[in-house]
Amino acid sequence: MRSVKQTTMQKRIQVAFEKNKKELLTIYYTAGFPNLNDTLTIAQTLESAGADLIEIGIPFSDPIADGEVIQQSNMVALQNGMSVSVLFEQLSQLRQHVSLPVLLMGYLNPILQYGIENFCKKASEIGIDGLIIPDLPLEEYEQHYKSIFEQYHLAHVFLITPFTSPERIAKIDELSEGFIYMVSSASITGKTQGISTEQKQYFERIANMPLKTPKQIGFGIYDRSSFQTACQYAQGAIIGSAFIKHLQANPSKTPLELLVTQFVKEIKA
Amino acid sequence: MLQEKGYYGQFGGAYIPEMLYPNIASLQQQYISIIEHADFQKEFEYLLKQYVGRPSPLYKAERLSEHFQTQIYLKREDLNHTGSHKINNTIGQILLAKQLGKAKIIAETGAGQHGVATATVCALMGMECIVYMGEVDIARQSPNVARMKLLGAKVVPATSGSRTLKDATNEAMRHWINHPDDTHYIIGSVVGPHPYPDMVARFQSVISAEIKTQLQSQVGREFPDYVLACVGGGSNAAGAFYHFLEDERVQLIGAEAAGLGVESGKSAATLALGTVGILHGSKTVLMQTTDGQVVEPHSISAGLDYPGIGPMHAHLADINRATFYPITDEEAMQAGWQLSRLEGIIPAIETAHALAILPKISFKKEDIVVINLSGRGDKDLDTYIRYFELI
Repeated sequence: MRSVKQTTMQKRIQVAFEKNKKELLTIYYTAGFPNLNDTLTIAQTLESAGADLIEIGIPFSDPIADGEVIQQSNMVALQNGMSVSVLFEQLSQLRQHVSLPVLLMGYLNPILQYGIENFCKKASEIGIDGLIIPDLPLEEYEQHYKSIFEQYHLAHVFLITPFTSPERIAKIDELSEGFIYMVSSASITGKTQGISTEQKQYFERIANMPLKTPKQIGFGIYDRSSFQTACQYAQGAIIGSAFIKHLQANPSKTPLELLVTQFVKEIKA
Repeated sequence: MLQEKGYYGQFGGAYIPEMLYPNIASLQQQYISIIEHADFQKEFEYLLKQYVGRPSPLYKAERLSEHFQTQIYLKREDLNHTGSHKINNTIGQILLAKQLGKAKIIAETGAGQHGVATATVCALMGMECIVYMGEVDIARQSPNVARMKLLGAKVVPATSGSRTLKDATNEAMRHWINHPDDTHYIIGSVVGPHPYPDMVARFQSVISAEIKTQLQSQVGREFPDYVLACVGGGSNAAGAFYHFLEDERVQLIGAEAAGLGVESGKSAATLALGTVGILHGSKTVLMQTTDGQVVEPHSISAGLDYPGIGPMHAHLADINRATFYPITDEEAMQAGWQLSRLEGIIPAIETAHALAILPKISFKKEDIVVINLSGRGDKDLDTYIRYFELI
């Protein structure tokens, strides 16, 4: 017997990716940035502005898959006092304010220190739908984490890259529940060079694979044009660094809500 | 010692983002067959002998022995080409990189010894070389920065975090994620995702292989009572311990950098202060907050200024096979001074931490104590000058 809660949660990602839905926008932001207590405000505003999924980053001192912009936001968030427990505290009323699917992204160490079981339990209680843990490899996940994630109904989102073999992609597809995160090129986050022919060939190759799991493209998506290009090959795209940069710059001291709304409207216009 | 999937007991593994998976998987699948191939071994041994100058001497330090009332032998890795043990690993890995068809090399460095050793083998093989080095370390190890540049390497400052070895490693990993197909990452210590800890330990194991032969001819038995080595990531210790790991007659002793003292808040004594966690692709012991953020370490020696430790050492400590002593900046500097005055050998400050174990153990007169003299102190002259107000 599945609990009511589980059905709701699994539905949130599933509903978001229903077949006729296109150009889904996922926004990544770092919890506790620019200010410690902005976390929930940003999530709420993203929803009202028209984003489709929300990815909240748990800051880490050594984010090896991230470029300078996200590194910097991680550092600021940590200095602001963000931690896993503070984040859970801030999100305790999440589902009273936000109905979009929400994923937590974080490196494995802070999650392990919180306790993997506790972490999953808590995430599940507050209504988190999935987890993205870039340094948790497939093999480890299968052996030691899968059963816990499943127990708490958390979708684990895997990354694939231009160098991921077809066999491995098939395996990832089989294990995936939410969506597959297509890393747009061999790179860390925050590149803004546009999308090359080579990348398009890779997008096309994956688009032509008979995968059961929906896909989103991330890394190097930073404006309306790159977003739309990515959406020709996948159901949606993920923007992180460009959003953080937009929050950071803010020369005219625009209120946070307006800043967030501007960004989303610009991409989805 | 190494078990399935690159684990030493509960430590090790390969916690890497998918972007690095193809590179790491290909290394995991191929490293043993490449290293064990007869042609590889032949070239490796030839270069270690004729280019590096191996075997490095095992020198009976008479005056030091007299002072501590025991039998002290110094394994003179400081006499290797480039001045430390680091070259053993870089020779091995550059040959491996050639086999893998990689044209470019990246490395991280703390004290600059690994950076110099990498720049050296890249010059030797005509490969492009980029070395990441923390901004703080660039300032305190400037002779090595100049050497790397002279050898044709590009030295890139790591400006994030504590701007030391940990951050240089982060930057090197990011570079590798950005350039996975044409680049090999030569990690300088027994850290990082599997197979690095095992691979680097194998390349460094020549140290203990030679110690056995040399002890046999010098004292008539091939094992000492003690092996002492300093530990940052732990590559020289891994090499010096390697062939004695299963020999319980040999006590394995490591020196960690305690900085201003284990409890001072300015320390790099990982095993004394750390807990189990994941850093740079492996599960090991690391200095971290209860919330899982890596703590910025401190040591006077750039090579030991690292908040983690190789998974093999974490395991050796866990099963009580090896003992690790925290050594303060002050103790290390005094030990470096003492070796200079008693034996005419100026050790690297990293190495001086191993020497500083000597007064902490009551050795018997007949004990044979081998200290791995991992590097020479030329690069540290500035630090010595300032510390002892020599000029």
